[in-house]
Amino acid sequence: MAFLTLENLTKQFGAHKAVDGLSVGVEKGEFVSLLGPSGCGKTTTLQMIAGFVEPSSGAIRLEGRDLLAVKPAKRGLGIVFQSYALFPHMTVAENVGFGLEMQGVAAAERTRRVGETLELVGLAAFAVRFPRQMSGGQQQRVALARALVIRPQILLLDEPLSNLDAKLREEMQIELRQIQRTVGTTTILVTHDQAEAMALSDRIVVMNQGRAEQIGPPHEAYERPATPFVANFLGKTNLVNGITVRPERISFGVTGLAGHVRTRIFQGNHWLYQVDTTAGLVTVIRQNTGEAMPAEGAWVHLVWAAEP
Amino acid sequence: MGASRLGGRAVKSAPYLLSLPALLLFAAIVVVPLAMTVLLSFHDWGQYKGIEPVFILKNWHEVLSDPYYLEMFGRTFRIAFFVTVLSAVFGAPEAYILNRMRSPWRGIFLLVILGPLLISVVARTLGWALLFGGNSGLVNKALMSMGLITAPLPFIVTETGMVVALTHVLMPYMVLAVWAALQGLDPQIENAAVALGAGPFTVLRRIVLPQVTPGILSGAIIVFALAASAFATPAIIGGRRLKVASTLAYDEFLNTLNWPLGATVAVLLLVVLVAIVFGASRLVERRYAQVFG
Amino acid sequence: MSRNGALALGYHALFVVFMLAPILVVCWVAFTPEGFLSFPTDRWSLRWFYAIGRYPEFIAAFWRSLWLGALSSACAVAVSVPAALAIARHRFAGRGAMTALFMSPLMIPHVVLGIAFLRFFTEIGLGGSFTGLVLSHIVIVLPFALRLTLASAVGLDRALEHAAVSLGASEGTVLRRITLPLVLPGLVSGWALAFINSFDEVTMTVFIAAPGTETLPVRMFLYIQDNIDPLVTSVSACVIAVTVAALVVLDRGYGLERLLAGRAGGER
Repeated sequence: MAFLTLENLTKQFGAHKAVDGLSVGVEKGEFVSLLGPSGCGKTTTLQMIAGFVEPSSGAIRLEGRDLLAVKPAKRGLGIVFQSYALFPHMTVAENVGFGLEMQGVAAAERTRRVGETLELVGLAAFAVRFPRQMSGGQQQRVALARALVIRPQILLLDEPLSNLDAKLREEMQIELRQIQRTVGTTTILVTHDQAEAMALSDRIVVMNQGRAEQIGPPHEAYERPATPFVANFLGKTNLVNGITVRPERISFGVTGLAGHVRTRIFQGNHWLYQVDTTAGLVTVIRQNTGEAMPAEGAWVHLVWAAEP
Repeated sequence: MGASRLGGRAVKSAPYLLSLPALLLFAAIVVVPLAMTVLLSFHDWGQYKGIEPVFILKNWHEVLSDPYYLEMFGRTFRIAFFVTVLSAVFGAPEAYILNRMRSPWRGIFLLVILGPLLISVVARTLGWALLFGGNSGLVNKALMSMGLITAPLPFIVTETGMVVALTHVLMPYMVLAVWAALQGLDPQIENAAVALGAGPFTVLRRIVLPQVTPGILSGAIIVFALAASAFATPAIIGGRRLKVASTLAYDEFLNTLNWPLGATVAVLLLVVLVAIVFGASRLVERRYAQVFG
Repeated sequence: MSRNGALALGYHALFVVFMLAPILVVCWVAFTPEGFLSFPTDRWSLRWFYAIGRYPEFIAAFWRSLWLGALSSACAVAVSVPAALAIARHRFAGRGAMTALFMSPLMIPHVVLGIAFLRFFTEIGLGGSFTGLVLSHIVIVLPFALRLTLASAVGLDRALEHAAVSLGASEGTVLRRITLPLVLPGLVSGWALAFINSFDEVTMTVFIAAPGTETLPVRMFLYIQDNIDPLVTSVSACVIAVTVAALVVLDRGYGLERLLAGRAGGER
């Protein structure tokens, strides 16, 4: 039996089903992402695991025990909120140590563990600062440290990187993964950013309208999407004459689907093309190899290998 | 995360329990006394029999038909009207000018102009009495010694005096309301107008004023209500001869001791003010909701 | 970013003179050496300030006002905290009506409240008592306390309390360690604004205060009814000085705009 299981979890708000019969099993030490557009039920699911929302039906089991029977204060989960929710009137050290205080850990031991965890997130020098004196990225790390120091059985992350700018977000993603690998905590991430989910997770749960459309490793979900929704949500995809083709699988050849280039956008390590063809508008992505590429208005032929 | 509870069972009665102390307080100390006052207005009174707890319309009939009371109410609302207009005309531009200042001047002058709100109204009105009071008033003395006037400017016991003093007392409310409205304005909008060729007065008239008008109007409502129900300033400036609603009620209650009549005057003032304030607020909301959402 | 031209600044100067003149003239007259109202030019004296000592009713009234203000503000704040939490946190039937009810004293003319309380307190035997004064002041300052406490409660991120719960805090601990400390600035400024409003209140108080329970504004007002002499100007000058000091402290600590309007004006 898996470490954490969600069994047929449902949450109904009036007539609206936010979560509809969700069943997921998470193994110990795994990094799982709940991925989907806003309104798909991923945040509600997280809130139910945390205990801030009661399910309408279904069960949540942690190591076989019924988690729903446990009060939120006693569930021992580490949560990183989207707004970080750092206590503004406490220093970083006091913030991070709060959970240990609640557990009754002695002051000396607390200081030691807080120091350890701050080292882990690279904020050892900031122990006496206040949250308002720190940048967004730093605050995010404090929130992470506060959740990790209590050695939670599960780490819940609610869109923790969405408030960061693009560059910082990329850096934090890598760090987050490293930290999780180091500490080995079972982690559930909620996000609408498919690139983020795919980068960080062992498995992703692609959600739509309260249901899981696909559960599996990122690579598998990307290459073999179970539904059109998944195909469209993960990366870009084209529907050409009834066949789905990923833009990066298409290249410019001598023969093939004819069309002319409507738009060409340079994106650093690749080129993004929009090509007008008889089969409709097709998106093509080509690696930037330094070679000359077709310009806007040029006539091209599109070729691709058939999907296995 | 928005959530429906902190932990444990959801407590539906929590908000009601939390508000209970305040609710009880208000029910006992506000609702009951006000109801009693309304009842009081229907009682009878005689100099020797005192208050007789019956239900008659004598007081209401007197207040609504006797020209003395009608004149007094007319004066009350006339004064309130002029105070409102003056504070709007002079207060709004000042708020605008303040808004365009650099700090620290902005903060300093805001303190200077809003601060008097917290200073005792008696002290402030006393100042006006000192400035314009009869022969010994400072301004009068100065003007007379300069030969500009021969007799002191009438101020005490005039409506003009009351209007001026009340405008001074209530002006900060108007400045505050217009100021608050100005804070909500995007400064780039003015720049956009200038970039499109508008001159400074056009910008004021066509861009700033329409956006600030809701603030002016809500300030006007506050000033009008406070001016119509003002007591200390009309009492000091108006003296015993020039009565407004509040001072008349005071007279009836503490001098004549005709409590039912005093209650009638007070209740009538309350009803008229509530009607005006609600009606005006609704109008402003409706008119400006479509602009500002 | 001052874009004010000479015309604007001139208008502003006149405006400021208009606002300050009455206040300054009161303080000026207070320093007169004469035994009657006059405007001291070459000689200044503190005689009228010392004279206050000969009028124990003024001094008693001052302490009474202070005590009344502190007590009624504290009670108003205590009562408004749970109400503010209820209104800020929950969507419940009657929320709007209840908020309007608590704010209603702002809308009711103080003369009406004075009359209502006079009648009510006389009927229940609290006529002219200090208790009656306190109760009536609690009512009229409650909207101010509530408004500022509510602003604090609304500004409190619920996620902070969830975070504390997720870290194992009980409801009592959350209230004690997270909610109350963060709402405290609103409480303190609510108390301060309530206090100032109570200290200055004269219209309603003049109806319900009896000779033994007069507040300072009432005492000043009644004194002026009979005669205006330099004594009341020196008392006023003291009141003005205390208020200005409190104002400056409040502005430094909290911001006058926020206090009066309930929100801050931005720096541009």
